[in-house]
Amino acid sequence: MARSSRSSIARHSMAEQEPSVRITNFDEVALGYDLTTAVEEAQRCLQCRHSPCVSGCPVGVRIPEFIKALREGDMWDAVAKLKDKNSLPAVCGRVCPQETQCEEVCVLAKRGEPVAIGRLERFVADWEREHGIRVPPVASSMGKRVAVIGSGPAGLTAAGDLAKLGYDVEVLEALHEPGGVLVYGIPEFRLPKEIVKIEIGYLESLGVKIRTNVVIGRLYNVAELLESYDAVFMGTGAGLPMMMNIAGENLNGVYSANELLTRVNLMKAYQFPEWDTPVRVGARVAVVGAGNVAMDSARSALRLGANEVHIVYRRSREEVPARAEEVHHAEQEGVIFDYLTNPVEILGAEGWVTGMRCIRMSLGEPDASGRRSPVPIEGSEFEMVVDTVVMALGTQPNPLAFSQAPGLERNRRGAVVADSATGRTRLERVWAGGDIVTGSATVISAMGAGRVAAMDMHAYLMGQSRGPWLTAAEPA
Amino acid sequence: MYQIIAKETLTPVTKMFVISAPEVAQKAQAGQFVVLRVHEKGERVPLTIADYDRDEGTITIVVQEIGKSTRLLGQLEPGDRLASFTGPLGRPTEIENYGTVVLVGGGLGIAPIYPICRSLRAAGNHVIAIIGARSGDLLFWEERMRSVTDELIVVTDDGSYARKALVTVPLKELLESGQTIDRVWGIGPAIMMKFIALTSQPFGVKTIVSLNSIMVDGTGMCGACRVSVGGRTYFACVDGPEFDGHLVDWDLLLSRQRMYRDDEAIALERFSQPESQSNREAR
Repeated sequence: MARSSRSSIARHSMAEQEPSVRITNFDEVALGYDLTTAVEEAQRCLQCRHSPCVSGCPVGVRIPEFIKALREGDMWDAVAKLKDKNSLPAVCGRVCPQETQCEEVCVLAKRGEPVAIGRLERFVADWEREHGIRVPPVASSMGKRVAVIGSGPAGLTAAGDLAKLGYDVEVLEALHEPGGVLVYGIPEFRLPKEIVKIEIGYLESLGVKIRTNVVIGRLYNVAELLESYDAVFMGTGAGLPMMMNIAGENLNGVYSANELLTRVNLMKAYQFPEWDTPVRVGARVAVVGAGNVAMDSARSALRLGANEVHIVYRRSREEVPARAEEVHHAEQEGVIFDYLTNPVEILGAEGWVTGMRCIRMSLGEPDASGRRSPVPIEGSEFEMVVDTVVMALGTQPNPLAFSQAPGLERNRRGAVVADSATGRTRLERVWAGGDIVTGSATVISAMGAGRVAAMDMHAYLMGQSRGPWLTAAEPA
Repeated sequence: MYQIIAKETLTPVTKMFVISAPEVAQKAQAGQFVVLRVHEKGERVPLTIADYDRDEGTITIVVQEIGKSTRLLGQLEPGDRLASFTGPLGRPTEIENYGTVVLVGGGLGIAPIYPICRSLRAAGNHVIAIIGARSGDLLFWEERMRSVTDELIVVTDDGSYARKALVTVPLKELLESGQTIDRVWGIGPAIMMKFIALTSQPFGVKTIVSLNSIMVDGTGMCGACRVSVGGRTYFACVDGPEFDGHLVDWDLLLSRQRMYRDDEAIALERFSQPESQSNREAR
């Protein structure tokens, strides 16, 4: 096929559940490509020699190669090429912000729409799952033990890479279910938990051992792990919810997004009383914040039966940090966006939320983040009638894992200081990566950090690199 | 893992379980708690550690059967296994030689003060304990408590056993007696802890309470358990569960404990229907 005819094919949309239907269930919104559509979409790829998409991917997935195998009909080869650099492709195909990574730098994006790399990744991963996952050969044991703290995207990636290299890897997970944010945070309708389970099962088949219910900082601390393991990777993420510290925040009906999502996703509260954990979402819900977690919270609230769900955000639409697709889905589903609005007090009666006093904002000078900072408009206060408030203001690293780990330096936002090129912390034989270092970011950037650390751990444990441990602080 | 080694019915509504959890038993200290799930669809239930045996590798918990989860737990027998068991969680009790200490345990609260008494006594304190229940048949561990205290005062609300009094009455008498009391602990229902704190406050004796707010993960992740102490918000699971009782916002705690009352009633009602589907599945 000629280059020009490839680029003349329009990008293929992906089937989705209708908004009016999907807000009544927790099933996955996106339905994926079928084989014909996937192959047609794959035909659009120009197979650029310099493959900018690969450099746009934090884990360097061999994108043109898996797409080529797909369009040539060699599905197992497509699977092999895809999974060579990514052990969690069905997850990434669903939750990665491709539009700011691989797809953003796709050559086709300059003149039109990029190849739907994420959808193709999802398709290949789903095809493999439906046809029986094959386990690649694993190097024989090198007799070295590595502890990975946390079973989220960073930890799982580091664990998978190290297991393939022949290390005895144990992943220590605090909760009763492995997956970290993939199981407690991201809702079923975006990432079915069965898929997470199967991808984790794949890592286990590589030899990764997962121990749940192990809380580092309480049951063991990092210093103790260093006695029984040759190396430690910390990937405990950013699990500590931030609140606004305004009056009324402890009323019944005010949730951190973490609590709402944990109840719904990990504890399956949407199936109460079939499952035992309840969640209380009223008729009128305000979600404060506009990141992906806020969108997940708002869309979950709708599915739990709320009549009206508002996103309350102090900046304007341009500054919204959530993925465009998430905002689009939320809008389709009827979420109301109140921009340039900030809560000043949560109102209540008899212990329960009855409303929220807000103030209108305007945008002033750019702040340290480069975004224009919101300034309250005097005299613009008003009250919203709501019975549920969800604080989705971001998260910080949970300090629990650091207890009794002297030598691990943290910055003022509570993130551990680690070298982004190696994952090394200031404590010898301890690496870190993912949200624990960067603060809340994306699944794929955490996976990239897990990969970087795994490579450096391998070099270190092979005695190829005894280089200095971090001395200069890495700005996180 | 997490097998039930022994079970004992302590009162008509209270059961004791000894659970095999060797790693947790190695690390457990007085004042900490565990989070367990009875079955795969179960809640994460926080329970204060009532005892630990490092040699045997066991943790003892005492449960009052009040809702669906605790009733399901109450139905388990030795040999059965829990779906999950996580701990130790929370900060341990600060054990020091304070001098003379008074520990007040009301109802289920008798269980958690037992290991605290033992540790405080080992640290050299003169340990006085007050234990109480609504009636004599709800009282447990009197002899066990006697073995870890220097003085033990037993009361019941209705006088059906021992002295008829609320636990705050002998506490006040001790504080008024002129002997130096260096620190007080109070563990039990929130309303009881509130009145223990109110009783000791005029005497200026620091009073530690163990806050039993609603929790999900128990590791500082969800914030369901937030409590207000001295005007600041804390997470009971990681910052506590023990706090200065004189600084606790008790009305907030009591209110937040009621958040799921309606749901708890639904779950219990559904569970209590003899041959309901959920009942069979849950087992």
